[in-house]
Amino acid sequence: MTNKIRVATTSLAGCFGCHMSFLDIDERMLQLVEVVEFDRSPLTDIEHCSNCDIGLIEGGVCNSENVHVLREFRANCKILVAVGACAINGGLPAMRNHIPLEECLNEAYLDGIGVENPQIPSDIELPLLLDQVRPIHEVVKIDYFLPGCPPSADVFWKFLTDLIDGREPSLPYELVHYD
Amino acid sequence: MSKTITIDGKIIPFQDGQTIMDAALAADVYIPHLCHQPEFTPHGSCKLCTVKINGRNCTACTFPASEGQEVLSETQELIDDRKKITQMLFVEGNHFCPSCEKTGNCQLQAVAYHLNMLDNHFPLFYPDRNVDASHAEVMIDHNRCIFCTLCVRASQQLDGKDVFAVSGRGINRHLIVNGESGLLKDTDLDVTDHACSVCPTGAILIKRTGYEVPIGQRIYDHQQIDQVSLATEHHKHDE
Repeated sequence: MTNKIRVATTSLAGCFGCHMSFLDIDERMLQLVEVVEFDRSPLTDIEHCSNCDIGLIEGGVCNSENVHVLREFRANCKILVAVGACAINGGLPAMRNHIPLEECLNEAYLDGIGVENPQIPSDIELPLLLDQVRPIHEVVKIDYFLPGCPPSADVFWKFLTDLIDGREPSLPYELVHYD
Repeated sequence: MSKTITIDGKIIPFQDGQTIMDAALAADVYIPHLCHQPEFTPHGSCKLCTVKINGRNCTACTFPASEGQEVLSETQELIDDRKKITQMLFVEGNHFCPSCEKTGNCQLQAVAYHLNMLDNHFPLFYPDRNVDASHAEVMIDHNRCIFCTLCVRASQQLDGKDVFAVSGRGINRHLIVNGESGLLKDTDLDVTDHACSVCPTGAILIKRTGYEVPIGQRIYDHQQIDQVSLATEHHKHDE
């Protein structure tokens, strides 16, 4: 069991769509867990990374906690992978980058339609928002990128089996999509 | 006996007046390009078609072919350069493919797929750019403009109008339209103009047509841009 390849996953400023797509490898998951053990991941509920071989990061960074988690993954994972459009270029959450943060908060918590008890959340437990959503390669070194919104299950499968079998990962034309 | 050049060692015939790109297309050799289409005066701005001619880097779309030139195109160095150029085009604008109706039909995206571009490498600019949806049938999303000037040339050279121009330099470069208000609705652009359908990206879009073909069944979803380019532009070149 200790000889298994350790994989950690997380979703930062993402929608968990990439994780759902990963689960779309369906019954191939049984083959995967023969050789892979999951560490920190929404699939295991383990809260912090231990030493891992592969870290899969979904989503860009939109708040201070995202930055901490990303750095924890980088410190513990031999290979760190940007998974999906948001991790690679900020994606849909980065479309707020053209609107000042104060205006975003006002619209969401004060002025928006249907807001009750308007107040901007400021609990000390809440991570602070960054002024812009940024892709993860601007914060830490990223070793591999899997584009797509989301990357298809076959992308995950091709990439992970390449790595596990000791090949340099590569994606053929039909697996490279940005949409 | 006809004159020839070589591209990556392959002997390519040409006629006087042809560029390297003309000769390559006629001989079914694809050189990546975005700002070039055979029916318009070459512009040489996107630099994707950069090739090495007798040891010097030149844009194939503007450089005249002449007897005995040795042209290198598909070298690892030039392929890497093209990937970097494409990454720069992506980070300089706001190219969010999942929310763009041109996805799958976009030549910028297709060139990136062709080059197996998996990341942006550079920090992103996220420039502030507008959308001009004032026209009843056509819209401009400036976020996606790569300043290839194909719309400028199509309007002037095929439509007999002068609707578009590129203004400013460097990061302030932007597409402008010829109307008093600066809005597309106050120009003489018509939806049937060639300028409306020539955009290689999703910057100029004809409204209410974006999802006529579903994502997954679009031009570059299953076919690489080199095949599409040779099939369509070779034909135009011969006309």
